[in-house]
Amino acid sequence: MALVLNEEQTMLRESARGFIGDNAPVAHLRKLRDDNDATGFSRALWKNFAEMGFSGLLVPDEFGGSGLGCVEAGVVMEEIGRNLMPSPFLATAVLAASALTRGGSAAQKSEHLPKIADGSLLAALAIDEGAKHRPLQTAMQAVRSGNGFKLSGAKAFVVDGHVADLLIVAARSAGQPGDDAGLTLFLVDPKTKGIALERTAMVDSHNAARIEFDNVEVDADSVLGELDQGGALLEGILNVGRGAVASEMVGVSEEVFGRTVTYLKERKQFGKLIGEFQALQHRAAHLYTEIEITRAAVLKALQTLDADFDHAAAAVAVAKARAGTTATLAVQEGVQMHGGMGMTDQFDIGFFMKRARVCQELFGDSNFHADQLARLKNY
Amino acid sequence: MPDLDQFRSETRAWLAANCPPEMRLPMQNDEDTYWGGRNAVFTSEPQRVWFERMRDKGWTVPDWPKEYGGGGLDGAEVKVLREEMAAIGARSPLSSFGIWMLGPALLKYGTEEQKQEYLPKIARGEIRWCQGYSEPNAGSDLASLQTRAISDGDDFLITGSKIWTSYANYADWIFCLVRTDSSAKKHDGISFILFDMTSPGVSTKPILLISGKSPFCETFFDGVRVPKSHVVGTVNRGWDVAKYLLQHERAMISGMGERGAARPLGQIAADSIGSDEQGRLEDPILRGQIASFEIDEAALACAAERAVDLAKAGQGHPAFSSAMKYYGTELNKRRHEILMSAGGIDALEWDSERSKQGARPRAWLRTKANSIEGGTSEVMLGIVAKRILDLPGA
Repeated sequence: MALVLNEEQTMLRESARGFIGDNAPVAHLRKLRDDNDATGFSRALWKNFAEMGFSGLLVPDEFGGSGLGCVEAGVVMEEIGRNLMPSPFLATAVLAASALTRGGSAAQKSEHLPKIADGSLLAALAIDEGAKHRPLQTAMQAVRSGNGFKLSGAKAFVVDGHVADLLIVAARSAGQPGDDAGLTLFLVDPKTKGIALERTAMVDSHNAARIEFDNVEVDADSVLGELDQGGALLEGILNVGRGAVASEMVGVSEEVFGRTVTYLKERKQFGKLIGEFQALQHRAAHLYTEIEITRAAVLKALQTLDADFDHAAAAVAVAKARAGTTATLAVQEGVQMHGGMGMTDQFDIGFFMKRARVCQELFGDSNFHADQLARLKNY
Repeated sequence: MPDLDQFRSETRAWLAANCPPEMRLPMQNDEDTYWGGRNAVFTSEPQRVWFERMRDKGWTVPDWPKEYGGGGLDGAEVKVLREEMAAIGARSPLSSFGIWMLGPALLKYGTEEQKQEYLPKIARGEIRWCQGYSEPNAGSDLASLQTRAISDGDDFLITGSKIWTSYANYADWIFCLVRTDSSAKKHDGISFILFDMTSPGVSTKPILLISGKSPFCETFFDGVRVPKSHVVGTVNRGWDVAKYLLQHERAMISGMGERGAARPLGQIAADSIGSDEQGRLEDPILRGQIASFEIDEAALACAAERAVDLAKAGQGHPAFSSAMKYYGTELNKRRHEILMSAGGIDALEWDSERSKQGARPRAWLRTKANSIEGGTSEVMLGIVAKRILDLPGA
C-alpha cells in the first residue's frame, strides 16, 4: 500500500478541512472558554458534523455508517488538531464506535451504533485511574452480584464523560492490578445509581471527567466482549485511539509550524526579517524534518491498523511516541519564535501548546510508548 | 493485484534458490562488499555466484530499462524485490557509485550514445567509478571549485585537484565537476565530465582518517586530456547535473543506517550487559535511549518509504532528500554511540582478532563523517529552509 492518501481520502480531507476551518477555527474554542460553556463544545455543530457523515465514519454500513477505516478517522482528527476543535469525535465516533464494532454483541451493536452514526448518542471511555495512563494497573472492581456485577472504583481523565449517554468502563473482574488477564469492559448508563460524576475542565479548555462508582449495579448483558478477557479488546481500541490522537498531534504540529514560518517571514528585528537569521532557519528546518517523519510514521500506523489490526502495536507505539515529542517540540518552538507575543493569551499559539500537552498524556505519553516498543522487541 | 502477487511468489522462489546462504549473513566489514571494476576481486565464491546471478537478471539495477542492462521492473515490482531481499537478509550484489549516483544522472542528462556506452557497463559492474566533486578549499561550498578545463580543439585539458574522492585509488573512471568558464557566475561555468583514471596526468594519494581506515583519497589532475564528447549535459550547465546527482547521493547516505533483518539494538545491548528478571535491559536509562532511538529509526524508514511513494504520485519535493540526509546521518551517529555504550569496554578494543580488528569502534568513528560528507547537516538545513520553507536569504 502506498504511504500516501488516495483520492477518496484526499477528498475527505478537503471536505473536513473546509467544514472545520469554516465552522470551528481556534476562535470557536476561545469563545467556549471565555463563556465558561458547560458542555465545552457546540451540540449544534456536532449535529452538522453528523449530517456530514463524520460521526459514522467508523460505523459499519449496516448500522447507518460509512464503514471506513482508521486512515479516514485520522484524516478528520488531523483537521480537528489544526483547528483545536472541541468535539465528541474522538470519544464517540472513534473510540466507542470501534469498541462496539469490535466487541459488541448483535444486540449492543444494533442498539448503539446507529445512534452514534446519526450523532444522537455520545459515549466515553473510562480507563485511567492514576496520574499516568496504565491500563494494566486497572484496580476498579467488578464483583459478581446476582445476574450481574457491582462496579466500585474511580476513573479520571474520562474524555467527554460529563456529557456521555453511555460509558465504556474497564474493570477488574479477576486478578490483581498489573495482571494481563482479568479485565472486562462494561457498557454503563451514567445515570445509574451509585455514580458520582465531576466535570473537570482541562488546561486546554477541553473536557474530561472524574467518575466515582460506588457499588454500581449492572446486568450481565452489559459486558462488552468476553468476561475476564477484555484486555486484548481494550488494547485494540486504545491503539485506534492512539493512532487518532497521533493524527490530531500531527495537525497541531503542522498548524503551529505553518503559523511560525509565516511569522518568520513577516516579523522584523535588527532591521531584518527574522527568517533571515540562520539560527532560526536551522531550527525551522529541523522542525519541518521532524514533522514530515512523524507524519509518515502516523500514516503507517493508521494503515497498519486497517490492514493488519492484530499486529499494529509496534507501529502505533512508534506513531504515538513520535507524535508526542514532535508536537511538544513544535509548540515550544512556536512560542519561542513568536517571542513575547507567543506568551500572550491574545495570540492563539498558547492554545496549541496546551492541547499538545493534553494529547501527549492521552493514552500514554512518549515514554510509555517507548517502553511498549522495548517490551514488544523483548529487551 | 494478482500480477504483483505472482511476481512476489516468483521472486521469493528465485531468491530462495539463487541467493547463497553466505550472502544472507550481515556484512562484517568493507571487504564483504563487491565493487566490480576492471581489477575486481571476489573475496569468496558465494560472493561471485550471487553477483553473477543477479547481474544476469538485470537486478543489480532492477529499475533501469532492459536496453541499458537493467531489470525493467516498475516501481511496485522493485519494492517487492527489495522487500523479499530484506526478508531473507540478502546482501546487495554490487556496491557502486555508478549505480547510486552516476547512473541516474546519465539516464536524465546523458546522450543516447553515452547511455549505451556507460549504463550497461555500470549495470554489469565492469567499470568502477569515483566522484570528483569536493576540492580542498571548497568543502560543502561545492560551487566554489577551481579545477579548470581549458578548451583545446576537440578536447579539454584538465588541471587541478579533488579531495575526499572515495576509492579513487581503485576506480577505473571518474565523474568530475570542472570549471569550463572562469568568467561566469559561480554556478554557471561548471561542466560535468567523465574520464578514465588511467589517463596521463591523473594521480591519487590516500587519506588516513581517525577510524584508522579510509576509502578517501586526494586526486590530482595535471593537464589531463579528455574529449569534449565526455561532457554530460550541456557545457557550463554541469551544476544541474551535479545537483540532481547530489539528491541521489543524499538519499543513499541517509539510508546508510538501515540494517534490514539485523537484531534490535536493545537485544544487542542485552547480549553484552544483561537483563533483569523481567527481561528488561539491565541499564534502564540506556534502555530508554535505545527505545527512543528505535522509534526514530522506524519513523525514518516510514518517511523514506513515503518519499518514494510521494515521488511516484508526483507530490514529492526535490529538496526533501536534504531533510532525509540530515536526519538519517544524525540518526546513524546516534546508533553508533548507543552501540559503543552497549559494548562498553569490549567496544574499545582496536586491534585484535576478537574485535574483528576493531570493527565496532572504527565504524563508530566513521559515522562522524556522515553529517559532513555530501553536504554538512548545516548545509542541508539551509537548503530545507530556503527551498522548502522559502525563508528569506541572508
